[in-house]
Amino acid sequence: MIDPVIASRLQFALTTMVHIIFPVMSMGLAPFLIYFTWRDVRGGDPVYEQLRRFWTKIFAISFVVGTVTGIVLEFEFGTNFAAFATAAGELFGGPLAVEGMMAFMLEATFLGIFVFGRERVSDRLYLVSSVAVGLGTWLSAVWILIANSWMQTPRGYDVVTENGQTIVHLTDPIAAYLNPRFPYMFVHMQNAAVESVALFMAGVAAYYVYRHHVWEYPVENVAFWEKTLKIAIVALLITAPLQVLQGDLYARHVYETQPQKFAAMEAVWDTEAYVPEYIFAIPTDLSQLTDPRAKELFGIGIPGGASWLASGGDPTAEIRGLNSFESSAPPVAIVFWSFRAMVGMGFWFILLAFWGGYRWFTGELFEDGLLHTALMASSLLGILAVELGWVVTEVGRQPWVIQGILKTSAGVSPGLTGTEALITLVGFVGVYATILGLYTYVVARIVREGPPGEDDLESVPRGQDTDDAPASGVAGDD
Amino acid sequence: MISVESLAAGPLFGLPLAELWFALIFTLLGTFLFLDGFDFGAGAVFATLDDEPARETVLSAIGPFWDGNEVWLVVFGGALFAAFPSVYAGLFSRHYLLMFGILGALILRGLAPEMYEQRHDARWQRWWGRSFVAGSVLAPFLLGAFAGNWLVGSARSFTLVGVVVGATVTALTVVSGAAFLRLKAESALPASVRRIGLGAVAAYLLLVVATLGTLAVRLPGGADALLSVPVLALVVASIALAAGYAAALRRGANLAALASAAGLTYGLVAVVAVVMYPAVDPAAGLTVTEAIVSTLPLNLMSIGAALLLPLVATYFVVLYSAFSGPITAEEAY
Repeated sequence: MIDPVIASRLQFALTTMVHIIFPVMSMGLAPFLIYFTWRDVRGGDPVYEQLRRFWTKIFAISFVVGTVTGIVLEFEFGTNFAAFATAAGELFGGPLAVEGMMAFMLEATFLGIFVFGRERVSDRLYLVSSVAVGLGTWLSAVWILIANSWMQTPRGYDVVTENGQTIVHLTDPIAAYLNPRFPYMFVHMQNAAVESVALFMAGVAAYYVYRHHVWEYPVENVAFWEKTLKIAIVALLITAPLQVLQGDLYARHVYETQPQKFAAMEAVWDTEAYVPEYIFAIPTDLSQLTDPRAKELFGIGIPGGASWLASGGDPTAEIRGLNSFESSAPPVAIVFWSFRAMVGMGFWFILLAFWGGYRWFTGELFEDGLLHTALMASSLLGILAVELGWVVTEVGRQPWVIQGILKTSAGVSPGLTGTEALITLVGFVGVYATILGLYTYVVARIVREGPPGEDDLESVPRGQDTDDAPASGVAGDD
Repeated sequence: MISVESLAAGPLFGLPLAELWFALIFTLLGTFLFLDGFDFGAGAVFATLDDEPARETVLSAIGPFWDGNEVWLVVFGGALFAAFPSVYAGLFSRHYLLMFGILGALILRGLAPEMYEQRHDARWQRWWGRSFVAGSVLAPFLLGAFAGNWLVGSARSFTLVGVVVGATVTALTVVSGAAFLRLKAESALPASVRRIGLGAVAAYLLLVVATLGTLAVRLPGGADALLSVPVLALVVASIALAAGYAAALRRGANLAALASAAGLTYGLVAVVAVVMYPAVDPAAGLTVTEAIVSTLPLNLMSIGAALLLPLVATYFVVLYSAFSGPITAEEAY
């Protein structure tokens, strides 16, 4: 029978990796929806009602799926990682409870008004609801990332052994909850969510713009898609460069606080100075793919690049190799290749942003079919990059579940049998594949259906000639 | 300014915080079982309706509320984790398969209405309608089984007490659901909803008797543990509330009926809490004072809960007043 430790870890990996898609969508959409609601409530341009109503549909389904998959995670700490929950409950349970009360309650209640209540409440309360929902999604991230970052850079605690059990006691709440990792993680995650949604918006909008302008097929509500594309490019121009610049600071912080993870990200086994950064690494045989070692890789390396990254500007700085740590190394291949793929995509998104911005500037944004194709192909890459980033973060800290305090293998529920763990693991594979399939199906339907037509809009008075509205929809705002 | 040292020195204002958190945990569970309970009950009533507009009405009635209601379970789990970490860990891992059964039922219940509305072909809607019903009935049943096992300290997931308490909780959700649907859509739904409510409250009283009987046999300490003044008072109050519920539902005083259902729910949870106390994890032999988290995090959590829970209550007031009164025909899901 399968080892319950392996099964629990696989199950947690599966359930978090599927779950994170939905908060990324809802957190990333939040600032857009607040903006659309504000513009819609203020009145003037009916395209904002279309934007609000269309993206609210995607937000709502993401939120619902995020709720049901999120409760699973909260329960799994108890079901599968009872030893961890007992050891770290004092520091870890609090943030989860506060997340529920402060954030999840705020978003879930105002979501009802935001999705169903446009006709029921005043403009002002409706706008407040959009802000409450958006704020709730971001506050959720604050508390979840406080809990996670504490596991990466634990502070403000005391470890004691009670009845043969390791227990972590909270001694300094400020140090624990405002631990050094938290701000890096929060900025990186939230910006990634907005960037991922911007890429998704751009990809979907590019499809319709391409159909209309390049293929010259008839497309309904083309002004709406043009507007969406422009908004997405503005968001990309802000988030894509910020993500890479901030990611650079984050990597340096990882080097300082989790040197073993950093060594795995760079596949550095022996402590060395003047370590190159392999931007493009090409495995020439299978063993280099499964067991990458920076020194043996064939690729384009920036001399001293990794040292520069780690030290914040000194290409000759020394990097501690994996061999110098007492605990066994994390699975280096997963961490090394995930990190490279994520960083590579980060630069690609910057290129896309500037490409789009440039075409907009030259007035050819709607005519550049190659750009549209690139955007369509990249529509899901933001989410993929988030997944890979979390893989680096979570696989990279192995074998520790709490860095330097508790090993993951020691955190699993002691009474859990392999059979039980296998039953639920197989169940989750089936259920989560179905959930992903259904979510994709629903989102694809919403996208295919497009926004509500001009005739259905509340902001366009009935009986008035609406034919001139779409044309002015875009032009009026530039 | 409160210093960390003073927060670590002793419980805030010398309050019996361990006992208060024990009470809060069960209040949160009761709030979840009442609020999401009427959503579950609406799901059970949904099974008895076969015409399309009536089914749509049921989904519209719970549409704006169920997600917020379900968060009470998240807060219950979080509060249990924060206040009694070892109980949270022991209880959830001991009833491993049961917990995932609950999660599976909640997933089904949450997804089904969204899916139901996506397509309007008969097979698709029949399938998702059934999923909605299955999730809505299984979730309270398994939650009840969890509470029953918790109380008698069983190490197994499926026990006689669990089945009886599960059935009791399920009947109770139908009691709440019928009152809620009468309140939100009396005219849009057939009169059978009222009959279902009346039948459910009668079934609930019988199941309470069955629960007490099974507990008398299976509970360590047996009948003596049940023959205490608070338990007897709660049973008498439940009978009175059930009678009040039936009378109110007959008269069309639907809000009063729903309030009685709330009273019944908190009453049932209170019986569990009173019988369990001073233990908080009978299976592990842990009492409230043994299992409570240390003083500093306990004080912090208490401050947090005292500040946040009143705020949460106002969100629910805003939500329920925005959607007060019967739902109108245009408010499709």
